[in-house]
Amino acid sequence: MAKLLAVTIVIIAIVSAIPILRHTWWMPEDISTHGPPIDEQMSETMAEAGISFLASQILLAYFIWRYSQPKPGEKIKSFPGGAMGLVIAAFLLVGTEVLALGAFGAKAWADLYLSPPAANAMPVQVQAGQFAFYFRYPGPDGTFGPLHPDMISEANENFFGLDTTHDQDSKDDIVTAEMAIPVNREIHLLMHSKDLGHSFFVPELRIHQDFVPGLDLSVHFTATKIGKYEIVCTQLCGLGHYNMKAYLYVKSQEDFDSWLKQQAALQ
Amino acid sequence: MHDTAHVQVGPHVPKTFIGKYIFSLDHKVIGRQYYDLALVAVLVGMFLSWLMRIHLGFPSFAIPGLHLLSQNGAPGNVMTPEYYLQLMTMHGTIMVFFVLTTAPFAAFGNFFLPIQVGAEDMPFPHFNMMSFWVTFTGFLFLVASFFVGDGPTLGGWTQYAPLSAAGSVTGPGQGLGVVLWATSIAFFCIGQLLGSLNFITTTLDMRTKGMSLWRMPLTVWAWFITSVMGLTAFAVLMPACILLILDHVAGTSFFVASNLVINDQLQPHSGGSTLLWQHLFWFFGHPEVYIAIVPAMGIVSHILPTAIRRPLLSHRVLVYSMSALAALSYMVYGHHMFVSGMNPISSIAFSFPTLIITIPATIVVLVWLGSLYGSRIRLTTPCLFAIGMISTFITGGVSGFFLAQPSLDIMLHATYFVVGHFHFVMAVSALFGIFAGTYFWFPKMYGRMMNETLGKIHFWLTFVGVYCIFMPFHYLGLAANVRRYQAFVDDYTQPLLPVHKFITVAALCTGAVQFIFLYNLIHSRFWGKPAPDNPWEGTSLEWSTATPPPLDNFGGTLPVVYHDPYQYGIEGSTGDYVMQTSPEKIQTQHDEA
Repeated sequence: MAKLLAVTIVIIAIVSAIPILRHTWWMPEDISTHGPPIDEQMSETMAEAGISFLASQILLAYFIWRYSQPKPGEKIKSFPGGAMGLVIAAFLLVGTEVLALGAFGAKAWADLYLSPPAANAMPVQVQAGQFAFYFRYPGPDGTFGPLHPDMISEANENFFGLDTTHDQDSKDDIVTAEMAIPVNREIHLLMHSKDLGHSFFVPELRIHQDFVPGLDLSVHFTATKIGKYEIVCTQLCGLGHYNMKAYLYVKSQEDFDSWLKQQAALQ
Repeated sequence: MHDTAHVQVGPHVPKTFIGKYIFSLDHKVIGRQYYDLALVAVLVGMFLSWLMRIHLGFPSFAIPGLHLLSQNGAPGNVMTPEYYLQLMTMHGTIMVFFVLTTAPFAAFGNFFLPIQVGAEDMPFPHFNMMSFWVTFTGFLFLVASFFVGDGPTLGGWTQYAPLSAAGSVTGPGQGLGVVLWATSIAFFCIGQLLGSLNFITTTLDMRTKGMSLWRMPLTVWAWFITSVMGLTAFAVLMPACILLILDHVAGTSFFVASNLVINDQLQPHSGGSTLLWQHLFWFFGHPEVYIAIVPAMGIVSHILPTAIRRPLLSHRVLVYSMSALAALSYMVYGHHMFVSGMNPISSIAFSFPTLIITIPATIVVLVWLGSLYGSRIRLTTPCLFAIGMISTFITGGVSGFFLAQPSLDIMLHATYFVVGHFHFVMAVSALFGIFAGTYFWFPKMYGRMMNETLGKIHFWLTFVGVYCIFMPFHYLGLAANVRRYQAFVDDYTQPLLPVHKFITVAALCTGAVQFIFLYNLIHSRFWGKPAPDNPWEGTSLEWSTATPPPLDNFGGTLPVVYHDPYQYGIEGSTGDYVMQTSPEKIQTQHDEA
């Protein structure tokens, strides 16, 4: 039975690793300028975690195989170096490994979250609410009009609570249910929630940020590939959470300008 | 430690059936009550997971009779989105609190901690009894939410605000359901605080003659460390739950910000902080992972020397490592909140301790592995489950490397990768510890042996089964499959649906296997082979007393301890081991650190 258990553990370990090695199910293709360090970090972490996983499981299996049926007269032996050797090994190997991962990972994180957006980044506002995203573009004046939560009304399609009668800046704001951005142009995404906690996750864009009611948050990114992508909510927000999504269209500058004009005409 | 004079609690001789079996002051009866509560809870939790998995794998499948559970939640026997979330919330809450905390800590700890330190009972038996009944009341509050109002809360076991705090306007179960959830957890916290107080006092003040701190078995150390964590962690969660209840019933706004518009209605709350709940919850929530797993580590570390017939490489290194895990567990909670909107510099600050906590966890694993080297393994059922725990803990541990890094959390946060990680490291590992403890201590608890053949069949099918269920979760998470969805409607998730079907089938089969365990447990309790006092040739004090132990644990005379707890692999008068109570002189197996 010991040998069967050892073989089972090894088979489980190898079979578990195969889909990872073959990328059978893996992250979608990256379409952002900040994504490559994240992907590199993922691959390095996978390599280190994978080696730790396989080595530990195989060692466990080997010891079960070897020491479940000791040879006649075989005496109990101690692991060479004893526990202190293993403690030192853990500090040196795992300590170095995690500090290196932490340092490189922190840089990838800081590049995205601790660097300010470029001065010419295009502002887009996104509002999350049960169970839809709405987007706002500032229009020709380049300024967003103020929000009036008491005027928010799904029934009247005043999703952001804009007062276009009195607020000059709101008059040319463009509100949409889908997000479009020009390719290779930095976007400064201004995020707020009108009701509960939500999240903005575009896997291909390597962007994931929660909405926090009461807080205005922002992220900035540059998409590098034209296409249609899904924005999904990852923060449990109620019964329609699974269906809270919107589409992100990355367009050429010309196509984007034309789309924005169309949207302005629909306001 | 008291060498000669002992804190005398005296045996509380029960005179009635109620005093003996219901409101018992005997720590052993209370331990068994906790175990039975955890058993009922795990069956409910597993049943809920079956319903969830059937729905996720085969969304249009009508589950016969489901409408009997909830007419509104399952019209035509197919569950609604909100009912799925309600079942999911109840599954998580029941499993984390009433199984993973209750069984390895409260159940086994209550039964064995006083015996293993050589005490007659715990110092505060009334508190001990109260701790169980308060916990049981908490469980009733939780279950009651299925049957009142519009059902249980759908906000997940983490109950993030303001979904949990803004009231019924946010969805079904978000009014009374949340209040019942928070009441249940507050009761649970009180129970655990009372229990922790007893565990700590028993460990520090009730040890018998010769039982120095370093002679305590690793289980005692694990329960002691867990109790210290419990005192601080539950002491934060309980007031947080009270504040949450006040947001519902007293019009306060602890967790709800100003100017929120829900269902086109401007909410009356103002000035609250939604992130405050997350900080309070995870300050409890991450130590809770270790509250579940450290007792399982202790159980495995206790069973392993008996099974491999040698002491572990180092008793002290394991104690220091478990203590380090406990201390660090308070410094890492922010890794649950990397993308929550907290200051991104905080994410980096929380990332390093989260990575560093892998060092003591690695040391624990390496000491287990190094101890197998050169040993004589007896593959009994408890040993199989202990080895299974080591394997699943390794698997769950390595995925922690990813979730400790904020840059990778961008891809993995709130995906099935997280679900796979915590199920392996916290749920499956702790469950394997519970199974190992059950097969190991059942003879002492009930005076009868469990069936070894059934136990081994249970192990093999469960071990393979849990890998079939939870390893694919990691693949789904890498492909950005978001958790807590009742259906996968996004375009990019369509290729992942066959994986969900596979997981569902694996979960149903592995769940069904647990009925072998249940049968073995119930059948052996009444008709199992009578157990000898020391069936596994163990050395610690529970094996020195009668089976099952008498009311005062040691039949009127407290034991005297002469040795470290794991004197195996030596030539003693009884075989290859010497019990802690044996006065014979031996060459002590010293710590090899």
